[in-house]
Amino acid sequence: MHSPGETVPFLDPYPGRSGILSWIFSTDHKRIGMLYLWCILTMFAVGVVLGVLMRLELIAPGRDIMDAQTYNAMFTLHGVVMIFLFVIPGIPAAFGNILLPLQIGAEDVSFPRLNIFSWWLYLTGACLAVTSLFTGGGPPDTGWTFYVPFSERTTTNVSLAVVAVFILGFSSILTGLNFITTIHRLRAPQMSWGKLPLFTWSLYATAWIQLLATPVLGITVALVFIERWLGIGLFDPSKGGDPLLYQHLFWIYSHPAVYIMIVPAMGVVSEIIPAFARKSIFGYKAIAISSLAIAFAGSLVWAHHMFTSGMSDTAVMVFSFLTFVVAIPSAIKVFNWVATLYKGSIYLEPPLMFALGFIFLFSAGGLTGLVLGSAGTDIHVHDTYFVVAHFHYVIFGGTGFGLFAAMLFWFPKFFGRMYDRRMANVSWYLLIGGFNMLYFPMFVIGLQGMPRRYYDYLPMYQTGQMVSTIGSWVLVAGLIVLFYSLSKCFYGPRTVGNNPWGAATLEWTLPSPPPHLTFLDPPDVPRGPYSYEGVTRDE
Amino acid sequence: MTTQKHILPFALLTRIWLVLMVLTGVTVGVASFDFGYLNVLVAMTVASTKALLVIFFFMHLKYENRTLGAFVLLVFVILAIFIGFTFFDVAMRPEAGS
Amino acid sequence: MSEAHKDYAGDKFGMWLFLFTEILLFGGFFLLYSVYLHRYPVEFHEGGLQLSRVFGTFNTVVLITSSLTVALAISALQQGKKALCLWLLSATIALAGVFMVNKFFEWSAKIGHGIYPGSPEMAAGSGGANIFFGLYYLMTGAHGLHVVIGAAILGFCMLRIWQGRVTADNFGLLENGGLYWHLVDLVWIFLFPLFYLIS
Repeated sequence: MHSPGETVPFLDPYPGRSGILSWIFSTDHKRIGMLYLWCILTMFAVGVVLGVLMRLELIAPGRDIMDAQTYNAMFTLHGVVMIFLFVIPGIPAAFGNILLPLQIGAEDVSFPRLNIFSWWLYLTGACLAVTSLFTGGGPPDTGWTFYVPFSERTTTNVSLAVVAVFILGFSSILTGLNFITTIHRLRAPQMSWGKLPLFTWSLYATAWIQLLATPVLGITVALVFIERWLGIGLFDPSKGGDPLLYQHLFWIYSHPAVYIMIVPAMGVVSEIIPAFARKSIFGYKAIAISSLAIAFAGSLVWAHHMFTSGMSDTAVMVFSFLTFVVAIPSAIKVFNWVATLYKGSIYLEPPLMFALGFIFLFSAGGLTGLVLGSAGTDIHVHDTYFVVAHFHYVIFGGTGFGLFAAMLFWFPKFFGRMYDRRMANVSWYLLIGGFNMLYFPMFVIGLQGMPRRYYDYLPMYQTGQMVSTIGSWVLVAGLIVLFYSLSKCFYGPRTVGNNPWGAATLEWTLPSPPPHLTFLDPPDVPRGPYSYEGVTRDE
Repeated sequence: MTTQKHILPFALLTRIWLVLMVLTGVTVGVASFDFGYLNVLVAMTVASTKALLVIFFFMHLKYENRTLGAFVLLVFVILAIFIGFTFFDVAMRPEAGS
Repeated sequence: MSEAHKDYAGDKFGMWLFLFTEILLFGGFFLLYSVYLHRYPVEFHEGGLQLSRVFGTFNTVVLITSSLTVALAISALQQGKKALCLWLLSATIALAGVFMVNKFFEWSAKIGHGIYPGSPEMAAGSGGANIFFGLYYLMTGAHGLHVVIGAAILGFCMLRIWQGRVTADNFGLLENGGLYWHLVDLVWIFLFPLFYLIS
């Protein structure tokens, strides 16, 4: 006897499970992932709007559409929203929640109630962050990094903003805890560690970083709050403190955080490349281990954000050296992806287009990371637009494009409908063109000395700034086309079969969309995640 | 569930407690001697011994699987790295005592 | 997930993972302490002399004993000795209360002497002393918060045991509550020598 939960798609209601409460208090990992997905895409839109407004201000020197204080609040908010509300939760919370149990053949995560609690923490943090814009002394103007002493002294509402960050941190920690336990405990009996999809491996490595690094962020922002409240002086030289210790504590989390951002996106790419080359991934073990290696090595390099801060020369040299080490496992992944494509049977569909876009943009950004990691050259480019370009290439070109690729790959599975593929491919051209037009000039003017977080600038940077702003418009046009094409997934008849792409991981054995209840009994796992013999597409 | 019950005997737990009491006495005792720069190391060694007893016996880690033990070790290694690498900066600043 | 899907080992593993986050959370404080101890060895020593070794040692004994009582409580429950278990848990919570009362006396004494964050004494004194006592209040305060949370968790366990929902065959909740309590003890085992006995 089948209950409705085993046949009704998880997006749809059935008697006993209908209405908004069945969503916001759901303990179904698929619904929770969907809740995160909508919040995260909303936050992305907010972040994009902030970015566009910033670029409008910067199109010409002098005041254009806002004053300097507002500009400072804009880039602070852009960073906080994009980093804490979009990129860090991004792929793990939305795609990880929906796909992790499916990929390992589990009924749900280990702690489903903790899972929905994590979402409520996310929502609370988001609301508090928004509230900080309109209360207290107004929106924070410290930059998303909240450096002391300014964060201790500014009259803007830093206190509420850091409370929001603390709560968001716990959302991230608990998700990581849930995922680690799930992967250890709930794999189907035939799903050995060596058969795990690489997306699952990436979620596993990411979850450890979430678990171990985020508490340090928690204590750091708590100390900002405490210093604003009690003024103890832990970071104040006039009271015996050392402001550099704030930076150490902050970056001990925030550097590993960038690996929370990128490793899941790399996992997405590792799923897409073999499926669209119809060829098993080259170097499965190397890619799996490299995820763990990036997680560990990435925890050793934080002070490369502090080369010009006044820390000791010894530290500068040590952290610079270690930074080169962490590039190695990332490079291994890129080589293996390319090797997978070699002599593959290529289907140039939108997921692969965007995965290739990821590889190109992330590699470009990663190479510029070597300029920054090398202490000597860093002194020239620290706090310039060179840095801004670098991290947008790796985070936006990397995780952003990875998220787009994930949507293009898995939306047909989640919604049961195919999007307009031609339009998606068109959006790719707009996005790649607009992205490079927006960010490449920043490398140039950064090398020429244009400082970051500056409201105004010298006429010598005007051309670069203007090209960049125009690039932002092309990019936004691309985003509109992309999301418009994806919107086809949200209405109309559900015609997509189980396996539109012919992929070999377990989620593709289920209907599209999957039902509420999945893998009540553990499935058999007859093949590895990238062996395509006998796997067919159904359109 | 009932198959996995490993019960720690009252006697064992009490003996561990006694050792911890003795070590607490040692903690206070060694504090009255001056070992120079080794002072902190000695104090931390005694504290770590007490911590290991709590972790292995009271928290049952001795009887858990090795993976969990490896993770516990990993966490302390990571913490040691965070603190230790910070000292690359703090201990090597040019001016003394700043 | 239904009753049939209860995962005793998974629940315990999850609790250990949560303890890891607590270790890293306090770890941030210990990082600050280590750096400042290195920077202000003399002031930290003098600051430590102003704390009461008697109170500190007594509190250490109290907390270690409370770890014993909670471990005994788990063994008792596993052997089906429900009443004994509840007595031992009451003792644990009582010891937590003793700890907090002591802490209250210690803090009151210090505050009475003008030693507290933002006081004129602290402003007039050395930077090292200011940092020492700032960290003292923050770290023992954060620890005290966790004592209260831990006691509340054990109180909840007592409720569940009394209700018969946590039993000799279904004791995971108590074990995990006990794990949390032991962590609270562990943090104090390190705090005690670092603040009271540093020489």
